[in-house]
Amino acid sequence: MNAPVRSFEPTRREMVVIAAVAAGGSLLIGCSQADIMSLGADSSHFGPFGPFLRIDADGTVTVVSKHIEFGQGSHAGLAAIVAEELDADWSRVNVVQAPANTKVYANLGFGAQGTGGSSAIANSWMQLRKAGAAGRAMFVTAAANRWGVPAAAVSVNNGVVSHPSGKQASFADLVADAAKVAPPKDPPLKDPKTFTLIGTDRVRRKDAHAKSIGKAQYTQDVHRPNMLTAMVAHSPRFGGKVASFDASAAKKVPGVVDVFEIPTGVAVVANNTYAARQGRDALQVTWNDDKAEKRGTDAILASYHDIASGKVTPVGDAKWQVFDQHGQTSPPAGGKVVELTYDFPYLSHAPMEPMNCVAEIGAGAPKISTGSQIPTMDQLNTALIVGCLPGSVEIETLFAGGSFGRRANFQSDYVVECVHIAKKVGGGRPVKLVWTREDDMTAGKWRPLTHHAVRVALGEDGFPVHWRHRVVSQSIQKGSPMGGGKLDETAVEGALGSPYLKATPNVDGQVSMPVSPVTVLWWRSVGATHTAFVMEHTIDQLARAAGKDPVDYRRALYRKAGADRQLAVLDLAMEKAGDATPGWTRGVAVHESFGSVVAQVAEVKLDGDTPRVGRVVTAVDCGLAISPDQIAAQMEGGTVYGLSAALYGQITLKDGVPQQRNFDTYRILRMTEAPHVETYIVPSGNPPSGVGEPGTPVIAPAVANALLVLTGKPTSSLPFVKA
Amino acid sequence: MATSFTLNGKQVTVEAAPETPLLWVLRDELVMTGTKYGCGIAQCGACTVHLNGEAVRSCQLPIGAIGTGKITTIEGLQGLHPLQTAWVEADVPQCGYCQSGQIMSAAALLAKTPNPTDEDITAGMNGNICRCGCYQRIRAAIKVAAARGPAKVAA
Repeated sequence: MNAPVRSFEPTRREMVVIAAVAAGGSLLIGCSQADIMSLGADSSHFGPFGPFLRIDADGTVTVVSKHIEFGQGSHAGLAAIVAEELDADWSRVNVVQAPANTKVYANLGFGAQGTGGSSAIANSWMQLRKAGAAGRAMFVTAAANRWGVPAAAVSVNNGVVSHPSGKQASFADLVADAAKVAPPKDPPLKDPKTFTLIGTDRVRRKDAHAKSIGKAQYTQDVHRPNMLTAMVAHSPRFGGKVASFDASAAKKVPGVVDVFEIPTGVAVVANNTYAARQGRDALQVTWNDDKAEKRGTDAILASYHDIASGKVTPVGDAKWQVFDQHGQTSPPAGGKVVELTYDFPYLSHAPMEPMNCVAEIGAGAPKISTGSQIPTMDQLNTALIVGCLPGSVEIETLFAGGSFGRRANFQSDYVVECVHIAKKVGGGRPVKLVWTREDDMTAGKWRPLTHHAVRVALGEDGFPVHWRHRVVSQSIQKGSPMGGGKLDETAVEGALGSPYLKATPNVDGQVSMPVSPVTVLWWRSVGATHTAFVMEHTIDQLARAAGKDPVDYRRALYRKAGADRQLAVLDLAMEKAGDATPGWTRGVAVHESFGSVVAQVAEVKLDGDTPRVGRVVTAVDCGLAISPDQIAAQMEGGTVYGLSAALYGQITLKDGVPQQRNFDTYRILRMTEAPHVETYIVPSGNPPSGVGEPGTPVIAPAVANALLVLTGKPTSSLPFVKA
Repeated sequence: MATSFTLNGKQVTVEAAPETPLLWVLRDELVMTGTKYGCGIAQCGACTVHLNGEAVRSCQLPIGAIGTGKITTIEGLQGLHPLQTAWVEADVPQCGYCQSGQIMSAAALLAKTPNPTDEDITAGMNGNICRCGCYQRIRAAIKVAAARGPAKVAA
């Protein structure tokens, strides 16, 4: 088995080069980014077991999670890593959310505190094993000292410390003594073969009860004495600005307290949500669209086609950039050639909880309560408005009702908006900014509109000898601290690194990234949302052109590329899938993202023109499995998320104005259309890799490949069902 | 203006205009935040409560229209409903934001149809969106709860 490709040395993509570093200048030379971002933070109050672990006098174990929990089960997985090495009683382990502190709680893959790239478990793996093992060693030393026995003879099991003589003590009995032991720097770690919790079905969510009785706290649920609620009227077009506004009617709405302009629009501040909404509805705003995007999506897409076909030569930021070039760039003369194009629409993340934030500004340290996905950026962006040290901004990270990438944005868009309003209100008075579903859906930060053009020449054996690939997609990272001036790999990842390109002797892969005021962002599985579709659906069409079975065709290419993990998941999925259910047609797809490889066998039939998906057999290699239950949950949920977009998802613009504003026009998969997903995990001794995203991008090409068998027609654009 | 109605078995009186949607009265006036805002147009089901035992979308129910009707919210199930136990056992929730609404729809379904078929479950739950895609666990948990017999709390 190959090792997962993802390492946790910061890469260019992952390195968050904080803008404040530049602003801080020479004064701060010699400090790391984390040091700078922590300026003003109080790091002095961690307990004897360090920043990730607390143990109460009654023996209750609390794991401090540096990662947000917004559905992916990271809290359970992170806690299980600590509990395993600590040998704690899992039923007495709780999880709490860490405060913002970049130095202590940085994501080891980012250099900033944040969650994303399906990295929560992977980057924490060794850090939390050590935290748990250090705690265990402290209990062992405390017991050995108390009993006058060698530490080597003391064992810990399920929260009970014992010695062969029959002496026993609970964590509660020993915690006062253990707290006085100096934590060892390099505590011995368990041999994974001896794990008793990790990898078992005992690793279940710790938040399921609170979330089943309506008691889990989301930002939307925050109530504070004297709190105001705000809504903002935003420009209907990207890049539009307030020209003028008339607040007289809005101010007459009972409960409306104030109306004022902020950089992103006009804020209506009220005593409650309903009044804020009524007030905003009554507000009259005239917009200046001089610099706004006024094109429709048809026109934008047509311009992408012109670039890819060579009709227009892209200039400036959109200039062609190479992402994979090896062998001969020009195609061979003669032979069989397959030419394909693909179009992918803008997609809204549309998490169940629309974006929102609570801010208290103007009395003491600024305080933010929100589902903060990148606390470091939320601290920095708040500090830049308030004028304070980033580390002094307190962030209470709450459960978030989904994100799927939306909350991880470098502009902290909705946080910034709330801070502007709370600053104007002043006095530390709490302000809750509420975005309606319509605000959330039309605010952009979408999956970029994307076009691919692929031309593959097949050799006499039916396998690719030359692969020309052109991608046109707006850059996600441009202008961000991760942007730099070079290739934005998020636009091509999945094509870049594909085993099929590795197995092809001659490749010419290039990408053009045009600029638009429309805002785009990572959307669950990022580049793979389109590259997985293009690579996997192309492979089936190449196999068809070569007269070969698509599964065998893949196997041959994987062998050529040395893609052992792809081969293993494909074999496992095929084995578990067995014979097709009568009346259903199968499609297969395989894709690696975020260090994990997923294969799916999807059973499809047509209901009129609408594809229906029944059984989906999934095989995943995500390294060592921490929580098989939550890995399965992510494969199930990721598949539904991917299928929802593939069937129905698209945001279109008409004269620059988004045409889908709510769930009536942006259709979401419901129970009646939900597939049944079976998950099988490839046994692995590799370190754990991600599961939050890799389950999403595989279903769409698997369905397209089934439809190719059913109808003989390839799919050249998504969604499958046009509105 | 004062409006009174029955909420989880108790009479409540709130100062709010009669056209105010129940959702915002629950969340902002009564600070009962288990009932969620998701879309405001009765498309997602996150705000589902019971009106006389029927699942309704509280974002579309003006408090002035409740009259003598009885409202039950997720808080009214008191964590005692067999669905809530089944939800935890099956690890149904992911982000969890839609789950109050899912459970209220499922509770109304089971109250009427104690042994639902797959089709009954789909019909009863199709108004509730889950963006995390927990549908197959929701279905499984409803079956588990149904097999355990009727709820001992008023749903």
